[in-house]
Amino acid sequence: MFESISAVTNSAGYLLEGVGVTLLLVGLSLLIGFVCGIILTLGQVYGPRFARWFVGIYVWFFRGLPNIVLLFLFYFALFPFMGLDLPAFGVAVVVLGLRSAAYQSQIFRGAIQSLSEGQMLAARSLGMTKWQAIRSIILPQSLRLSLPGWANEYPVLLTDSSVAYVIGVAELLTRTSQVISRTGEPMILYLTCAIVFILLNYGGMMIIQYVEKKVRIPGFGNNEAECL
Amino acid sequence: MSDVPILKVENLCKSYGDLEVLKSVSFEIYKGEKKVFVGPSGTGKSTLLRCINQLTIPDSGFVYLNGEEIVHSGKKINGYRQKMGMVFQNFNLFDHLTAVRNVELALLKVKKLDKAAAHEKAMYELEQVGMADRADFYPAQLSGGQAQRVSIARALAMDPEVMLFDEPTSALDPELKREVMEVMRKLADRGMTCIVVTHEMKFATSFATEIYLMEKGEIVEHGPPSDIPTSPGFVKTRAFMGSYVEE
Amino acid sequence: MTDSINATGADGGLGGFFQNLTDSIISQIPFWQDVLLPALWDGLWVTMQLVVMTAPLGFLLGLLIAVSRVYGSAPVKWLAQLYVIFFRGCPLLVLLFILYFGLPSVGIVLGSFMSALVGFILCNSAYNSEYLRGALQSIKRGQLLAARSLGMTKMQGVMYVVVPQALRRALPGVSNEFIYLIKYSSLAYVVAVIELTGAAKIIASKYFMYFEAFAAVGIFYLVIVTIATIGIHRLEMKYAIPGVSGAVGKVSKGH
Ligand SMILES: Nc1ncnc2c1ncn2[C@@H]1O[C@H](COP(=O)(O)OP(=O)(O)O)[C@@H](O)[C@H]1O
Ligand SMILES: [Mg+2]
Repeated sequence: MFESISAVTNSAGYLLEGVGVTLLLVGLSLLIGFVCGIILTLGQVYGPRFARWFVGIYVWFFRGLPNIVLLFLFYFALFPFMGLDLPAFGVAVVVLGLRSAAYQSQIFRGAIQSLSEGQMLAARSLGMTKWQAIRSIILPQSLRLSLPGWANEYPVLLTDSSVAYVIGVAELLTRTSQVISRTGEPMILYLTCAIVFILLNYGGMMIIQYVEKKVRIPGFGNNEAECL
Repeated sequence: MSDVPILKVENLCKSYGDLEVLKSVSFEIYKGEKKVFVGPSGTGKSTLLRCINQLTIPDSGFVYLNGEEIVHSGKKINGYRQKMGMVFQNFNLFDHLTAVRNVELALLKVKKLDKAAAHEKAMYELEQVGMADRADFYPAQLSGGQAQRVSIARALAMDPEVMLFDEPTSALDPELKREVMEVMRKLADRGMTCIVVTHEMKFATSFATEIYLMEKGEIVEHGPPSDIPTSPGFVKTRAFMGSYVEE
Repeated sequence: MTDSINATGADGGLGGFFQNLTDSIISQIPFWQDVLLPALWDGLWVTMQLVVMTAPLGFLLGLLIAVSRVYGSAPVKWLAQLYVIFFRGCPLLVLLFILYFGLPSVGIVLGSFMSALVGFILCNSAYNSEYLRGALQSIKRGQLLAARSLGMTKMQGVMYVVVPQALRRALPGVSNEFIYLIKYSSLAYVVAVIELTGAAKIIASKYFMYFEAFAAVGIFYLVIVTIATIGIHRLEMKYAIPGVSGAVGKVSKGH
């Protein structure tokens, strides 16, 4: 028992760095997913026909493939084929980010479609261009409406990020496995790893819920206090 | 009238936290009687009905069904409840079942009838309330009045000895109230014992053998319907209640 | 594929490019026919086994957890909640490692396929239980009251009235979870189950045909997921009841 505990404590620093890598991976993927997701949404809702087509196929592709297959495909095949020599971490960020974009775009789209048409009409009647209306009226509202759905992307990406293990990204799970191959103790160390993920998961969710409460507009969207 | 009341309620009390909803309510009802409870909302009328069939457990007091005490009857309550049909303000039809299957369900699962017998009985009860032609409709496809009639049929299918109506017409448009009242009258004519909570004073006076006025968890006045319009208590509370409905 | 590019560079001309491309595709036919596709079919069979075994068990266990969380006594509720927190919060890959590498160190050896199956069921049930719990809680209290007023026990009321309605409401979530299951069944590869992804990876490394292997396996998944999505949609339409599922099914009021 004592040995088990020391196995964890001795490698604590190394594993903690792994937590950092995991969080960085999640943060960057969320960001890429957010930016690309918005672009995809705008293309799908306001874009010309071919843009809608493209987004449809993009979403179908990234939602239809397992993470692990996407990672293999990009890491071993697509990027080398394109002559890109990205490190595993970079590939993981891009793949998780692009995939998240597919999911995020559908969250944003749902939110935009739930806004009343009057919002756009009112904006245009004030003399705004379509782009101005989107930027200052539609997006701020729909982004707030998508917060509950969007908040769910964090735990999804957090758990998915561990799959980067298969291409050797030195995140928490990979490092845990490395430590185990040196010291043994797979049960204790993997359980510890699981608990750290769970803490990151629910800790992150609490922060997100706090932020959600802060940016709430009274009487708008999922405002529980107003509904009661 | 027999000597034992079908239902006897004795000193029922119920509180939610500091709120005393029922303050020692007592009354009894004999076979064939129709007792109508009126009073402003929030005075505990629904709570009283639910305490009678133990959907809400009273804090103290007794309920006797045919002379048997049922408040502390444990599992036997499921048998007693079959004898007390209940009709809810918002119908509470089972949303996933068609009208006829709504009526069949308890026949199959509680009375353990076989399928054919349950179906026959269910169709008979639907006919009684004029809903046989809507037997295969889902609740969402029925109007409020139709849904309420089905829910009456559902309760009647258990062959209850007394029916408890909790504002059966409050959720309905005036047009639809009438068809439900019609069904209740027919039921009364067949001699069914009824306890009704309602805001429809005109219906109450023509339907009841006795009217009870409740206020803040207590019965404050009661008497035959002929006395009601002039009784000071009713005149005072009329303002809180629904208007007379033309039938 | 690399051959075709080099070849084009060598002799130029569009005609030459297509000639070479066709040649290289034709030269690959034996590889696809004799090596890649047979391996993927075998892998698909294993994937199917995993999915088909996990789905019903994960669903039933999820229902049990959900009912425990809504109708159970305090300690039961608490245990069910702990279950959900753990198996939703723990990445599936970590869970598989615990089952496959961790458990043997305390004397429980499950083997590859079993580890994957157990891991999937635990994960699938935890997620399903959340959809089902939400659905159970969304059923109006009056439904159970009405059931009990007819003399049903609480158990009967829950089983015959609340659960059937909740199932229909949870259907979109549960079927989404089924699609996820198809995809995350690929993680079985890391505990040495040779399902679709594993089969592709083995061929890819052995023949150094990464592009072909992963493109092919990608197509497999896209086809399965698309078929499953369409099938589920049909199912939802078929079992839709006016006024219950909310999402689908026409509601016509009145006469
Ligand atoms: N389950 C409950 N929990 C807390 N308070 C309740 C509950 N049920 C009823 N009450 C309260 O008891 C009072 C009486 O309610 P009710 O019996 O429904 O009155 P009525 O049917 O006469 O309108 C109300 O103030 C109501 O808020
Ligand atoms: Mg009431």
